[in-house]
Amino acid sequence: MANKLLSLENLSAHYVSQQGTRVVRAVDEVTLSLDAGETLGIVGESGSGKSTLALTILRLLPKAARIVGGRIMFEGEDLVDKPEAEMRRVRGKRIAMILQDPMASLNPLFTIGDQVGEPLRVHEGASRSSAWQRAIDLIKSVRIASPQTRVAQFPHEMSGGMRQRIVGAIGMSCEPRLLIADEPTTSLDLTIQAQYLDLLRELQRAHGLALIFITHNLGIVAKMCDQLAVMYAGRVVEQGPVSRVFSRPLHPYTKALLGSIPRMTEEREQLTAIDGQPPDLANLPAGCSFAARCPAAFARCQVEAPPAFTVEPGRSARCWLVAPAVHASIDQTIPLSRSAAS
Amino acid sequence: MTAVMEAKGLSKHFQARRGLFGGSRGVVRAVDEISFAIEPGHTLGVVGESGCGKTTTAKLVLGLETPSGGSIQFEGRDLETLDAPGRRRYRKSVQAVFQDPYASLNPRMRISAIIAEPLVTNEKTTAADVRQRVLELLDLVGLPERSADLFPHEFSGGQRQRIAIARALVLSPQVIVLDEPVSALDVSIRAQILNLLRNLQTRLGLSYLFIAHDLAAVAHMSHEIVVMYLGKIVESGEARALALSPKHPYTKALFAAALPSHPDERSDEPVLQGEVPSPLAPPSGCHFHPRCPHATPRCAREAPRLRPVEGRQVACHLFD
Repeated sequence: MANKLLSLENLSAHYVSQQGTRVVRAVDEVTLSLDAGETLGIVGESGSGKSTLALTILRLLPKAARIVGGRIMFEGEDLVDKPEAEMRRVRGKRIAMILQDPMASLNPLFTIGDQVGEPLRVHEGASRSSAWQRAIDLIKSVRIASPQTRVAQFPHEMSGGMRQRIVGAIGMSCEPRLLIADEPTTSLDLTIQAQYLDLLRELQRAHGLALIFITHNLGIVAKMCDQLAVMYAGRVVEQGPVSRVFSRPLHPYTKALLGSIPRMTEEREQLTAIDGQPPDLANLPAGCSFAARCPAAFARCQVEAPPAFTVEPGRSARCWLVAPAVHASIDQTIPLSRSAAS
Repeated sequence: MTAVMEAKGLSKHFQARRGLFGGSRGVVRAVDEISFAIEPGHTLGVVGESGCGKTTTAKLVLGLETPSGGSIQFEGRDLETLDAPGRRRYRKSVQAVFQDPYASLNPRMRISAIIAEPLVTNEKTTAADVRQRVLELLDLVGLPERSADLFPHEFSGGQRQRIAIARALVLSPQVIVLDEPVSALDVSIRAQILNLLRNLQTRLGLSYLFIAHDLAAVAHMSHEIVVMYLGKIVESGEARALALSPKHPYTKALFAAALPSHPDERSDEPVLQGEVPSPLAPPSGCHFHPRCPHATPRCAREAPRLRPVEGRQVACHLFD
């Protein structure tokens, strides 16, 4: 495991109310790892803890939240107990982040050149003029036409797709080892989204960058990622190589999620809907959090939360159905595929 | 089968103002001479990127905008020529469900009042009848009876969208305009709502005008699809055939940009370059020619007309 770029070990981050009476387990015992140059997709619905996980890795959690356990091993160092001053040298320099809304992550009062060059000045002590020059190169590298004029413009003078490219250029400015993208294309049009994803892939190949994609969109995972982690109610319920998980999902939640997306290539009257709602994170059930919505749940699921079972190297699921003893009969116990048929 | 609603050469142009004091004016042809028909019990899907005119089309159909040209026919009668009672009847027959159920439900009204509002304003009924109808509708959209006396904040996004659907159904409309009805919802909830909409269509014989940017969802829901680009229809036809083998270069590019549903379906097709031009200054000739990989000099001069190509309508000089 020494050569992993990033590995999270039993990482938990909880929000605690002021009186300490309410605890929201936003991220609970997450174990994940990522190699250099690899792409990991973290999929989950709103409130599943995927964005909190990203903020935890960067140690950018709001005051009410704290890391209550586990380790964040990045290039051999544990980020959990790094002093804040040292964390600042990690953020933007070795781990960069792209957020969903480019208008909110760009300052409307500064030129594009100032903002793209800022990390270079902060982290590398570049002079104003050399940062400006390198900003022009960076703007060019994210395929924006006429970078010489664009560099002196302000964010409002650009389209949404261009702004998101600028945010990408800022992320790439210090050549980080890891880029975390939190729903980077939700606000973009379809063809612009495809352009942006292509660009990210190209930058990744050129720089040997590792990417973490945080998204609710399984299509983005199918297009971009090598590894997939599915989050539900703060926990990673299933993880593994993308095409293995898509072809043969182990956890009933993953199965249902994959069955719920319409596909261009098949005609179905009904999609597999998942009944009910995700649970309240401040008031999780005693057993498996998905048990109430799970079509395959049995008595044990209600009382005892399943640990992560490693099914094969690099693949695990938090489900009693894949526990070694029951594993042999998995295909008979999950009737989901039947309800998916039209 | 006669269409329940038909648009013929429908246009909506907006005067654009530049600068603080007006000054030079341009015209945005948000919707430019489009024609389509919605069959009874069918879904017409409208796809296209921002600025293509899909929302303006929805507003025209809902009567929230008046057309600058062309006409909308409802049950064979032109909307322009309808008298006041006729227009009232039209408004009752065409309802809408919007994208964001957090914005479209009044937080101060109880669910029963929200659902009953169109009924109370449009028809003379007794309180008991109204209550009865509300409970019927709640049952129809899969919500428990006790929901009637609760407020919107007590519901999740998916449940709110069910309430919005119940409100759209209260006047027993024939056509429902669905403007991105599931894009604000979580993935596992989307399927519930899409299934509900299809069930309601079968049970009540509803026609839908379905607007969404998720192409797979549109292909799943629609019988026919129209593809719009800068106010014009570039291709239209039977949904599945169009989704599986698009003909117009823009439709091709759009569907190629759609995300795969399985990692094994990743395509290496080149991505369409450039962005949608400003609708204030659309390119000459075919609006798509600056981004089109097959463009010829003719495309810059002459706008192609929609013509039938293998059972479909395509506006492209490639198919002359």
